[in-house]
Amino acid sequence: MGEDVKIRIRNLTKVFYKKGESITALDGVSLDILDGEFVCIVGPSGCGKTTLLRILAELEHPSAGEFSIKAGKEDRPLQSMVFQERGVIPWLTVRDNVAFGLQMRKLPKKVVKERTDYYLNKTGLMAFADRYPKELSGGMKQRVSIARAFANDPEILLMDEPFAALDEQNKFILQEELLQIWTETKKTVLFITHSIDEALLLSDRILLMSAQPGRIADEIRVGTPRPRTMEAIRADPDVAEQFVRVLKHLQEEVQRSRQ
Amino acid sequence: MAPINNPVEVERQEWKKRQMKERLKQLLTVSSPIFMLLLWEVLSRTALIDPRFFPPPTAIITTFWELLASGELIHHIGVSLYRIFAGFLLGVIPGIVIGLLMGLYSPIRHFVQPIVMALMPIPTLALLPIIIILFGIGDLSKVVTIAGSVFFPVVINTAAGVLNIEPIHMDVAKNYGADSKDYFLKIAFPGALPVMLEGIQMGQAIALLTIVAAEMMGSVSGIGFLIWTSYKAFLLQKMYVGLILISFFGYLFSLLLRGLQRKILRWR
Repeated sequence: MGEDVKIRIRNLTKVFYKKGESITALDGVSLDILDGEFVCIVGPSGCGKTTLLRILAELEHPSAGEFSIKAGKEDRPLQSMVFQERGVIPWLTVRDNVAFGLQMRKLPKKVVKERTDYYLNKTGLMAFADRYPKELSGGMKQRVSIARAFANDPEILLMDEPFAALDEQNKFILQEELLQIWTETKKTVLFITHSIDEALLLSDRILLMSAQPGRIADEIRVGTPRPRTMEAIRADPDVAEQFVRVLKHLQEEVQRSRQ
Repeated sequence: MAPINNPVEVERQEWKKRQMKERLKQLLTVSSPIFMLLLWEVLSRTALIDPRFFPPPTAIITTFWELLASGELIHHIGVSLYRIFAGFLLGVIPGIVIGLLMGLYSPIRHFVQPIVMALMPIPTLALLPIIIILFGIGDLSKVVTIAGSVFFPVVINTAAGVLNIEPIHMDVAKNYGADSKDYFLKIAFPGALPVMLEGIQMGQAIALLTIVAAEMMGSVSGIGFLIWTSYKAFLLQKMYVGLILISFFGYLFSLLLRGLQRKILRWR
């Protein structure tokens, strides 16, 4: 893990305009994310965190400002997104879903199979490889979404509240699995969530966003040593303090946006 | 009644009751057409309904065997089935292609939609005189008439099917770098299939309605011709043979398409 900047975002602004009305979803967001860093963005809903992620995923154009993702290996895609579980394509088998990015890149069949098999095994999906997503539980579907992104081997991973729809127990299991895979690959991750616990468990750094206009209001470094477990995080008094800090910020933001 | 203490036994009895109910429902389904035919037979034999207009089913069956033995029926069935299949394909294939283009490209949709919407309410049968002038009284005019009727539900459902695909699946395709060919084959076509197949199912029903009417108006063969000429000669038993054949093929095609649907859409 070097100190080089992997994602550089400068003055990124997004305005949604509709018939004389404009909403500033992002207002001059600037930030640097280091290579191999796991960064969580936490903010109240509607603060523009998803917009930021969608711009980085090239699903949305910024109104002003710019960003760059530093390329490493030549034939690697710059970014892949871990979508919410609805993003698993229902008419493709689990295997074809996981292989999706690789197939789109027209990689040789052998490579596609190798990498798909690796992540199917890693996520415990091998037994379900030829099933359709409808036969899978919510947690399993989310594993498909994660495996699809990791198999694509991008420079950075973008995650849009991937565990929001899961029940608590499954969420804990998947969070720890994600940390294991991440530790192995040391990818740069930008992770959006509204769960403070999740951010404290997963990230090196938490960015707090304010709503309308969306800005980075504050940042918190999470120094808890890795590997982390939910139990250790819960027992750590420093973390408890940080939890309260994030909670206060979020509550202020929600109050402010109500007025 | 002696109390039963075993909870499994209690549930087993419940389960048995549910099974009985299921079997009763199946029995009702099977017995309804038989009941209908029996009632018809009795009413016709006792002249409670006029047997000249409603000949008893047994008499219709006799006529059916005679027609079958003489080879006349096979000829009419063959001709009609050929027209239905050819017309069906000629309507469904362009319907799918144009529907997909409409769903995928909004300029095409905005240009073609008004034309489709304006032409759809016009019954193809109303154009039959022109179609006969243009294509003659042979197979071709029937094929064209059926194709014209089948086309509309298919094109509309196919376009709707593409538009029905969840935006998140399009985002996935875009984010993972799908080119337009992959997008078409992996997202648009399979995603549109469920609604598209509903349109094809509708088209199938319309094809049968159309063939009879088309063959009644300008034709020298086919099931519709059989029905029409028998009616004009007041050979109502023969006419009923034609009607029952249409009913039979309609049911058969529905079942075949449903089976196909289940097979193709296993992921649903």
